[in-house]
Amino acid sequence: MKRIESPSDLQALREGILFKRDPDQKVVRVCCTTACRAGGALHVVEALRKGLGDRGLSDKIQIKKTGCRGFCENGPVVAVEPEQLFYNKVKPRDVPDIIDKTLVGGDPVERLLYADPDTKEKIAKEHDIPFFGKQARHVFAKTGRIDPTQIDDYIAEGGYTALCTALTTMAPGQIIRAVEVSGLRGRGGGGFPTGKKWRTCRQAPGMVKYVIANGDEGDPGAFMDRSLMEGDPHSILEGMIIGAYAIGAHEGFIYVRDEYPIAVEHLTIAIDQAAAYGLLGFNILGSGFDLTIRINRGGGAFVCGESTALMNSLEGKVGEPRAKYVHTVESGLWNRPSALNNVETWANIPLIINRGAERYAQIGTAGSKGTKIFSLVGKVRNTGLVEVPMGISLREIVYDIGGGIRKGKRLKAVQTGGPSGGCIPSGKIDMPVDYDSLKALGAIMGSGGMIVMDENTCMVDVAKYFIGFLMYESCGKCVPCREGLKQMHHILSGICEGHGKAEDIELLTRLSVTMSDASLCALGGTAPNPVLSTIRYFRDEYEAHIFDRRCRAGVCRNLFEYYIDETLCNGCTVCSMKCPEGAISGEKKQPHTIDVGRCIRCGVCYTLCKREAVRVR
Amino acid sequence: MYATLYAKEKLYGLDKRMVTLTIDGKFVRTESRTSLLEAARTLGIAIPTLCYHEALKPYGACRLCVVEIEKHGRSKLVTSCNYPAEDGLVVFTSNERVMRTRRMLMELLLARCPDVPTIRRLAETMGVRASRFGHQAKERCILCGLCVRVCEEIVGVSAIGFADRGTSRQVSTPLGLASDVCIGCGSCTYICPTGCIEMVGKPGPPGSREMIMADLALKPCPADYHCETCPIDQGFLDEIRTAIRGFREALGKCSDARLPSLYKPQAQILRNEAYFSVRRNDEE
Repeated sequence: MKRIESPSDLQALREGILFKRDPDQKVVRVCCTTACRAGGALHVVEALRKGLGDRGLSDKIQIKKTGCRGFCENGPVVAVEPEQLFYNKVKPRDVPDIIDKTLVGGDPVERLLYADPDTKEKIAKEHDIPFFGKQARHVFAKTGRIDPTQIDDYIAEGGYTALCTALTTMAPGQIIRAVEVSGLRGRGGGGFPTGKKWRTCRQAPGMVKYVIANGDEGDPGAFMDRSLMEGDPHSILEGMIIGAYAIGAHEGFIYVRDEYPIAVEHLTIAIDQAAAYGLLGFNILGSGFDLTIRINRGGGAFVCGESTALMNSLEGKVGEPRAKYVHTVESGLWNRPSALNNVETWANIPLIINRGAERYAQIGTAGSKGTKIFSLVGKVRNTGLVEVPMGISLREIVYDIGGGIRKGKRLKAVQTGGPSGGCIPSGKIDMPVDYDSLKALGAIMGSGGMIVMDENTCMVDVAKYFIGFLMYESCGKCVPCREGLKQMHHILSGICEGHGKAEDIELLTRLSVTMSDASLCALGGTAPNPVLSTIRYFRDEYEAHIFDRRCRAGVCRNLFEYYIDETLCNGCTVCSMKCPEGAISGEKKQPHTIDVGRCIRCGVCYTLCKREAVRVR
Repeated sequence: MYATLYAKEKLYGLDKRMVTLTIDGKFVRTESRTSLLEAARTLGIAIPTLCYHEALKPYGACRLCVVEIEKHGRSKLVTSCNYPAEDGLVVFTSNERVMRTRRMLMELLLARCPDVPTIRRLAETMGVRASRFGHQAKERCILCGLCVRVCEEIVGVSAIGFADRGTSRQVSTPLGLASDVCIGCGSCTYICPTGCIEMVGKPGPPGSREMIMADLALKPCPADYHCETCPIDQGFLDEIRTAIRGFREALGKCSDARLPSLYKPQAQILRNEAYFSVRRNDEE
């Protein structure tokens, strides 16, 4: 690879890459990131290679292993261009049809197209699918299009132009000003204004400074950082180089959790390729600016996503938070000024430089600018990654993009912000999604996890689950977090098992205040959120558990019983045949009954009954 | 004191401005970045602590030393042991919010260690006699980390550390095996506020302890090995010296003969409560 010495070299390289490409060449893009790989995407690629080879089409049709398109529910997904056909749930056995019908014949393979769940109408093109229609994919623009292991792909799509602009035409102060004007706030959870962070770090005394990317994504059900690192690693690198130049740092670290092997692999390749082109290392683009970036793999502790714990871990110490009374922008990694941002924040920087801060700031609300990637999971039809403009309503995300609740059930709550987030009740889903509105609702933006819950969810059980997760993941250094979470979990378990006491709600609330006031780091400080928000919106459920000993959602086994509604039961005997305890009796075509004493509340009859005659009370 | 030196120069840089702040309505003038705890103690205001020790870096784990600060019209709780003094800061060391928090923390600690006299006594001074929490353990260790830190910062061998995380966190040697770097100085026993580390002589060869002791003991010496000028309390140093001397002398003898003398010095330094900051607060 020839080193790129100047912006004109980069321009020449880009033109060279584009010149070599035939715009009419057929390209098959197969998503090959974690979710689709789990569905067998690599076997699909292998079958495609073999199929094309057998037919002698290997030179005419290009196969591209791309990053995530976000539609993980329907993976592995395959896109055929230039026809822009979008195939779902592709298996290796579908490959001959794809080759013969689409690549040779030019016709779509009907059965692989997305079908509207209500009208069953087939939708051929990606942007016509409602899941993609309402999204605004800016940060995710290149993932799903480029091969993340080929820097040329990234450069061909306009990559590293922002770096050229920043290094050759902008002073560090101008870059920071641009980030400030853009209104970009941290995407990792805290929502701190990125420009302000950079300015403080630039002004902090000290010759040696660091830039750090936080890729230690650990929230249950969140995977947007992983997809970004796997699908578009260069955008993160580009953002980091620009940031390092603005701050005056010459060393950077990317902290990735080791459970993301593909992310580590793609980032490593990206760094090597960027270094080979001279986009990392000494005298980047002939500007005289030097930067090296290294990858550090995390050992799997959730708390290492916290900035000071992450820095301790980078230093080779135990990943435990330390007091932040002197901020990390002044005294962070090895007590040097350090700018730590989430990988998604870094990936936003090239957009700001390329489009201009004012244009970037046009998307979003007054306090929250740009777009945010959410991982939409839970009881929603279309799970996956969605990138939406700030200020979009929860209703649009859940119903328009997510396609509504599964099996026609009712929405109960949406949990945002990971384990330390809060539950937003269905009554508030017309609220805009941005940092300040979510905070007002008692939830947080967090890193972007969004768990949709239906009517069969017990909110006390949800609170218990998240508190249990945090109890396990707390580092255990400070008393309120370690002991507080333990007691909180004990109380919640008691309520769920039917030993709830009248004073429990009061004690939980008081303990929550102490934990959020007195904990050492944000993990303990925000840990009571799931409890506080469920008490705030679902107090009646807590009271039903404690005073009536009833769990109306049918989750807490000691607190409900199944019964068969005689008017609905048609005596099909499915429930009595499948009941593992033989607790259901009744004649054929006659209403059945459940022996409550023998019932273990496994829920088999409840799930199986087509007439919904099995009920919870 | 050592901690003052450390806090200002190592942790926060060489910022030596004088600042004026208000603690419980009293003005105090102090060097910037002195901890609020130290500033309050110069005023004779007692703040309870469990994980704080003058000879060690502030750690902020027990959170008992919380105080409320007002800055830019906003108030929040911070731990006074590691919050640096700033100009114009208004500090309340025992208002209702602070006391409520401390009482809740004591309840949490009482639920963990219901039988530890130190915790019971401290809780009683705050009016807490029983814990409302149902999950009661019978622990003696409060995980304040004093032993771990004294071993790392003062003795310099890091023979013990924290194992596991969250609710299963505990003080342990690496992998729970007999440490091969422990010099047997007894500092951990000495500094433990709840008395849960005890020195018990065991038969068997002390193994590789021998080689570590001569070179590495007291390695990160704050006074460059000039003990006369050492900012650490001389009494404490004497104890460590006694322990180490005893250990050295014992090395000259055969393994059977040295065991009793090896553990003898440490028996003398069991729980020297002069270092027990809680006790000191009670007396004040």
